[in-house]
Amino acid sequence: MPASPSPSPSPSSSPARPPVPAADLTKPDPRWQIRIRGLNKTFGPQHVLRGLDLDIERGKINIIIGGSGQGKSVLMKHLMGLLKPDSGNIYVDGLDIVPLADVEMAKLRRKFGMVFQYAALFDSQNVVENIAFPLIERYKLSRDEIMARVRELLKRLDLDHVDGIEQKFPAELSGGQRKRVGLARALIDRPEILLYDEPTTGLDPVATKNVDEMILRTSHDFGVTSVVISHDMASTFRIGDRVSMLYEGKILVTGPAQDVLRAPDAPVREFVEMAGLTVPPLGVSA
Amino acid sequence: MNEASSVPVPRGRLAVVGGVLALPIRGFFGYLGDHSMMLWKALLWLFRRPFRPRLFLEQMEFIGVGSLPIILLVGFFSGAVSAQQTVRALKLFGQERFVGATVGLSLALELAPVFTALMITARAGSGMATELGSMRITEQIDALSTFAVNPVQYLVTPRIVASVVMLPIMTMVFNAIGLIGAYIYAVIIAGVDVGSFIEHFRYLTDPSDYLQGAIKAAVFGGSLSLAACYQGYNVRGGAKEVGLATTRAVVAGSVSVLVLDFFVGDALGTFFPFQS
Ligand SMILES: Nc1ncnc2c1ncn2[C@@H]1O[C@H](COP(=O)(O)OP(=O)(O)OP(=O)(O)O)[C@@H](O)[C@H]1O
Ligand SMILES: [Mg+2]
Repeated sequence: MPASPSPSPSPSSSPARPPVPAADLTKPDPRWQIRIRGLNKTFGPQHVLRGLDLDIERGKINIIIGGSGQGKSVLMKHLMGLLKPDSGNIYVDGLDIVPLADVEMAKLRRKFGMVFQYAALFDSQNVVENIAFPLIERYKLSRDEIMARVRELLKRLDLDHVDGIEQKFPAELSGGQRKRVGLARALIDRPEILLYDEPTTGLDPVATKNVDEMILRTSHDFGVTSVVISHDMASTFRIGDRVSMLYEGKILVTGPAQDVLRAPDAPVREFVEMAGLTVPPLGVSA
Repeated sequence: MNEASSVPVPRGRLAVVGGVLALPIRGFFGYLGDHSMMLWKALLWLFRRPFRPRLFLEQMEFIGVGSLPIILLVGFFSGAVSAQQTVRALKLFGQERFVGATVGLSLALELAPVFTALMITARAGSGMATELGSMRITEQIDALSTFAVNPVQYLVTPRIVASVVMLPIMTMVFNAIGLIGAYIYAVIIAGVDVGSFIEHFRYLTDPSDYLQGAIKAAVFGGSLSLAACYQGYNVRGGAKEVGLATTRAVVAGSVSVLVLDFFVGDALGTFFPFQS
């Protein structure tokens, strides 16, 4: 569907960004792993994404903030091809994933891990089966190898001291435990790109901190590119390298966390202040 | 620009009326088309790797073992009730000894496959629609895709195949228990002679009658599970929509069983002309 072959119709829509010739987008870029251009998505009469442009930085924690119903989850689903846009392009390491057919998309999805907003654990499978699911589907590993990796993750996510957790079913877990099991399932195959849809919403402060640290450590230890949707401004500025605000179907501001915090735009100010965040937290890495 | 193109261009009154009348017909064929599409995909994925035998066995267990008590109960009473009615009718001619044959035949050709399919639609079909529907709204189906698992292959194919396999088996169970019910009523309660009950049954029913019943049952299994999977898989919205989808799955499944019963019965009639 994209009507642009090699010669470039220059994207004049985003004055904030230094213009990039379209031809460059089809080559892997050392800095930007995912580049989204002119993304449009409608659901019936509702125009959710309106020509959205966004770059995701490789190996960094990229946070997307924005009000409820602004289309953050929809945007994230486009990154994995779970939704197809009406128009626009999404380049992952230079490959436009929008026109990909199922089989190619399936291959590409191995690069990604996704933590769903409501965990999306498989009801009919217990905790171990849920976490091990990507390994069981993709490789022929022995039971012991699988269990070793599952237990390691349970430990890292503070789930190992919950009695009998391994044999529990999702319905028997608390919301926070479910989220962490979902996180474990996304992490177990060590993806290159991790998408987190509100990983800490609904967790208590201690669990929030643990998940934040988990995201930080995964990002730093494995050099994973993280895309995190968050409502939690405190953790946004604690762990975020880059922050982008989604507003009315477009990215209103994007940049290093500290810059965005101080951006003058009214929606950003409102969002930051409504979150009760008056003082920029210390120790934000530039 | 969307609105402009969707406003109908004024045409002759006849065309408008025709268009309105065509709507349900278009809807019906769209509906059939969507179902065929899902069936086709489910069949294609049956032959692609990876094969997951465990999923098929789980579904066979759900349909078979799970429905066994209700099939036994309904089967027993269907057999007993048809024996009751048949004995009453045949008594008018003093021919009660044919009760075994009559009940056996109607069980084999009609009662067992249809009742089994209706019971399994109510129990397993509704279960499938609810399960797939809640998997859809809680994004479990999306989650499957993120692990590069094809959701139709993972969810729909095993359910349809298991239904096609299990329905004939459960139908035979229904036949057996139905005959026991008929025997108990006819021989023990109504005092029909045991020897002639069995003799006429064996003489007048034929393996091909059971084969026809089994073929019908397999077709019903396909249609009821397809209806259930289609409704569940395509849920949009929340818990309420899952409930609606389940209701639609049971209605569509039952209707498809009764409608197909006519057509498959007709087709089988030409392949297996009435003998003996
Ligand atoms: N599959 C869908 N069909 C129809 N409309 C949808 C669908 N998915 C999302 N929407 C609509 O798109 C809009 C954006 O939804 P989205 O889930 O992306 O919001 P969000 O920014 O993630 O909000 P929240 O912070 O509450 O999770 C909503 O108005 C929603 O109703
Ligand atoms: Mg969301």
